Amino acid sequence: MTATATRPPAVAAPRGPGHGNALAGTGTLVRFNLRRDRIRLPVWIGSLLLVTLASVSSFTSQYPEAEDRASVKETLEGPAGLAMTGPEHYLAGDYTYGAMTAHQMIGFMGIAIGIMSVLTVVRHSRTEEETGRAELLRSSVVGRHAHMTAALIVAAAANAVLGLLLAAALTGLGVDSITANGSLLYGAGSAAVGITFAAAAALTAQITPFARGAAGLGMAAVAVAYTLRAVGDVGTGAFAWLSPIGWAQRTYPYVDDRWWPLLLNVALAAAGVAAAFWLSTRRDVGAGLRPPRPGRAVAGGTLTTPLGFAVRLHRGVLTGFAAGGLLFGLMYGSILGDAEDLLAENDQLRRTVEQLGGDLVESFASVIMSLLAVVAAAYVVMATLRARSEETAGRAEPVLATGLSRARWLGGHLAVALVGGTLIMVLAGVGFGVSGAASADDTGLLGSLTLASLAYAPALWTTAGIAAVLFGWFPSASAAAWAVPAYGFFVTALGEVVDLPDWLYNLSPIGHVPQVPAADLNWAPLVVLTALGAVLIPIGLLGFRRRDLDTK
Amino acid sequence: MTEATNAITVSGLVKTFGRTRALDGLDLEVASGEVHGFLGPNGAGKSTAIRVLLGLLRADAGTASLLGGDPWHDAVQLHKRLAYVPGDVELWPNLSGGEAIDLLAKLRGGLDPGRRDQLIERFDLDPTKKGRTYSKGNRQKVALVAALASDADLLLLDEPTAGLDPLMEVVFQDVIGEAKQAGRTVLLSSHILAQVEKLCDRISIIRLGRIVQSGTLSDMRHLTRTTIEAETERPVTGLAELPGVHDVDAAHGTLRFSVDGRHLDGAVRRLGEFGIRSLISHPPTLEELMLRHYGDELKAMESNNGAGAAR
Repeated sequence: MTATATRPPAVAAPRGPGHGNALAGTGTLVRFNLRRDRIRLPVWIGSLLLVTLASVSSFTSQYPEAEDRASVKETLEGPAGLAMTGPEHYLAGDYTYGAMTAHQMIGFMGIAIGIMSVLTVVRHSRTEEETGRAELLRSSVVGRHAHMTAALIVAAAANAVLGLLLAAALTGLGVDSITANGSLLYGAGSAAVGITFAAAAALTAQITPFARGAAGLGMAAVAVAYTLRAVGDVGTGAFAWLSPIGWAQRTYPYVDDRWWPLLLNVALAAAGVAAAFWLSTRRDVGAGLRPPRPGRAVAGGTLTTPLGFAVRLHRGVLTGFAAGGLLFGLMYGSILGDAEDLLAENDQLRRTVEQLGGDLVESFASVIMSLLAVVAAAYVVMATLRARSEETAGRAEPVLATGLSRARWLGGHLAVALVGGTLIMVLAGVGFGVSGAASADDTGLLGSLTLASLAYAPALWTTAGIAAVLFGWFPSASAAAWAVPAYGFFVTALGEVVDLPDWLYNLSPIGHVPQVPAADLNWAPLVVLTALGAVLIPIGLLGFRRRDLDTK
Repeated sequence: MTEATNAITVSGLVKTFGRTRALDGLDLEVASGEVHGFLGPNGAGKSTAIRVLLGLLRADAGTASLLGGDPWHDAVQLHKRLAYVPGDVELWPNLSGGEAIDLLAKLRGGLDPGRRDQLIERFDLDPTKKGRTYSKGNRQKVALVAALASDADLLLLDEPTAGLDPLMEVVFQDVIGEAKQAGRTVLLSSHILAQVEKLCDRISIIRLGRIVQSGTLSDMRHLTRTTIEAETERPVTGLAELPGVHDVDAAHGTLRFSVDGRHLDGAVRRLGEFGIRSLISHPPTLEELMLRHYGDELKAMESNNGAGAAR
C-alpha cells in the first residue's frame, strides 16, 4: 500500500478557510525576502555588532582604572547624562564595564535596532502593496496573511541573529564583568526591542496605504519610546515603564540579570501582531483603514503655484513633525524640574557643575536642544529628499514638462524644508520652554529656550544645503544626506558619555551650534553655517539643472 | 517643406545611458501642423527621444530644435507652448484628478475651463477621485485632459492611449482630429496601428535609436512589396526572372507573388501578355510595414545601406 493510494484525490480535498490557507506561500516569501535583503540585513547587523564591540573596547581602553569609571559615573548622574543613557540604577553599585555597556548602549542601540526592524517590515509588506507587486504575488498561491507573516519572520530572524551574535561576541571579549549570562540577556533584550518595533511597524503598515507613512509612523514610535525612557530615567521612572526600550534597559544585564521585563516586550509584540492581522482582514489589498475620500474637482488657487504645490505635498509630514517636535519639547521640558531636584540631591555633582561655572539646568537643556535639533534635521533631510522620491516615482516628469523650471520646482521643496525645519525647531523650543518653565518654576526659561532653539536654524539650513547638493550632483546617493541627522545624534549622545575630540563635533552641522543656553551665544559659527547653506543650495540647484532627470 | 515650418527638427541625436545607446544618430522632422506618427518596438528609443525634446534628458551629441528653440536651454519657454502626455502617468496620491489637471495645465500657463470641463465629460472622467484610486486608463485620461485643455502649439504624446478602452480610443481620435483642425502639431508615439493609420499625416519608424524609415504611408507602401494574386489565360513564364519579383507560387491554379513597389509596372505588363482573367493586389498594411522593420528583415536592410549600419 503506497502513500498515494491512501491519499484522497486532490480535487476532493478542499482546504478550509483556516490558517493553512491564509499563510500559503509564506515559506517561499521568506526565502524571497531574505534573497532581496541579502546585503542590506547583513550590513545592518554587522554595523550594529561592530558599533557595540567598538564601544565596549573604547570603555576598557578609556577607563582602565576603577577611579576612571567612578568619574564617568559621576558625570552621568546628572540629568543630561541619564537622559542620554539609561536608568540610574546602573550607577548604584560599582560601575563595571558590563554595567557601563548595558547602561549606555541599550537605549542608543535600541533606536538603531528599532529603525532596522521598522524598515524591514514595511519594505516587505506595505511597500510591496503600494507598488502593486503584492497584488501580482497574491494572485498566485499566496495566502492573505503570507506577506505580513513573511515580513515579520524575516525581521524577527534578523533580530534573533543580531541578539545571538551580540551575546556571543560580548562574551567572547573576555572582559571580567561582561558575563555570559548577562551577554545573553543583553542580546535577548536587543532582539526583543527590535521585535517589538517590528510588530509596531506591522500595525502602522495597516493604518496608512503609503509605505513612507507606515515607516514614518513606525519610526515615530521608536522616537516616542526613546523619549519616554529618557523622561522616565531623569524624572519619575513611570514613563520609562511605558517604553519597550525602557523595559530592555530595566533587565539590568551584568547588574541584576533579570529576564522578566522582556515579557512585556513579548506581550506587546504579540498584541501588536494580533492587532495587525485583525486590521488587515478589515481592509482591501493596497488600501488603508479609511476608504479614500473624494477630493475637489477643481484645484484651489494656491495649489497651482509652485510653492503652493510643494506645500500641499509636504503638508501631512510637516504637520506630523511639527506636532512631534512640540510634543517632544513638552515631554523633555516636564523633567527640567526633576533635573533641578537631581542636582539638589547630589552635592558632588553640584560642586562639579559650579566649578565649571555652568548652570546644571541649562547644560541639560542645551543637550536636549541638540537632540530636538536632530529631529528637525531629520525632517529637513526628508523634505529635501522628497524631490528625489517625486523624481524616481515619475511624478516630477509631467510637472517639469510644463512652464515650471527645475530651479523653481526644487526651490519649492527646499523652501518647505528650510521654513518647515525651522518651524519644527522653534515649536520644539517653545514646547520645551513652556513645560520647562512650569516644571522648574522659572518663567525666564520660556524666552531663553525658545531663543536657543532659533540658534539651531542655521545648522538646519546647512543640512538642507548638503541634501540639495547630493540631490543635484549625486542623485543616486542622495540618501547619504541621512548621515547628517544620524551623525548629529551620534555625537550628541556619545558626547555625554565620553570626551569627544572637537573635530568629531565639528563634522556635524549641529555640533557647531553654540550650546545655548548653557554657553554664550557666539555668532560666528551661526554666520558661517548660514553662509554655508546659502552657498550649498545654489550649488545643488545648479547640479540639478545640469543633469538628466531620472525617469521611470 | 522647408526648415522654417518644421515644429521639430532633430539631426544626429545621440543619447547613451551607461553602455546602452538609446539614441544612435536620430534624425526626425515634424512639420508644423502635421500629425506625425512615431513608431517603433519597445525600447527603440521613442520615449528617450521625446524626453530629449522636453529637455528632461540632455543629448550627448547632435542637434535638436523644437518650435525654433533649443529643447535644453529654452526648456521653460518651450514648455509653455507644448503639452506632454507621458506613457506611464503617475499621479499624486493625495491630489484629486481635477486638481492634477488644473495643476499641470496652470503650471504650463493657463487652461480654458470650458474646454477642460467638456473634455472631462467626453472622456467620462470623475475628477474628484484621488490619484491612487484611478486605474491606468483613468490616469492617462487625467494627463490627456490636462494636455488638451490648454492652448499648446505642439502636443508630444507618448503612447497616450495604451490603457484606454475602445470607446475612449474613438474620443481620443476625435480630439486629436480637432487639434489638427486647430492647426496644432502632434507627435504621436503609438503601437496602435489603426490609430496611426487614421490620424497621422506622416510616419517615422525608429529602431535601435535610429529612424529607419520616414514618410507618408503611401510613400512607404510604394517602397515596400505589394502582393499580387492573378489568374491568367495561359501559364505565365519568365516572371521570376524579372527584377523585384519574389516568392512566385503557381501551385493552385492561382499565381501569387510579391513585387517591389517600383517594379510593379514591369510585373503587371508581363502578366498582361498572358491574358489576365482576375487580378487582386494587396498593398502592404501598416502592420506588414512595421513587421518588416521590427523583424528579421531589418538585418538585410541594414546590410543594404551599410554606411548607416557601420556607425
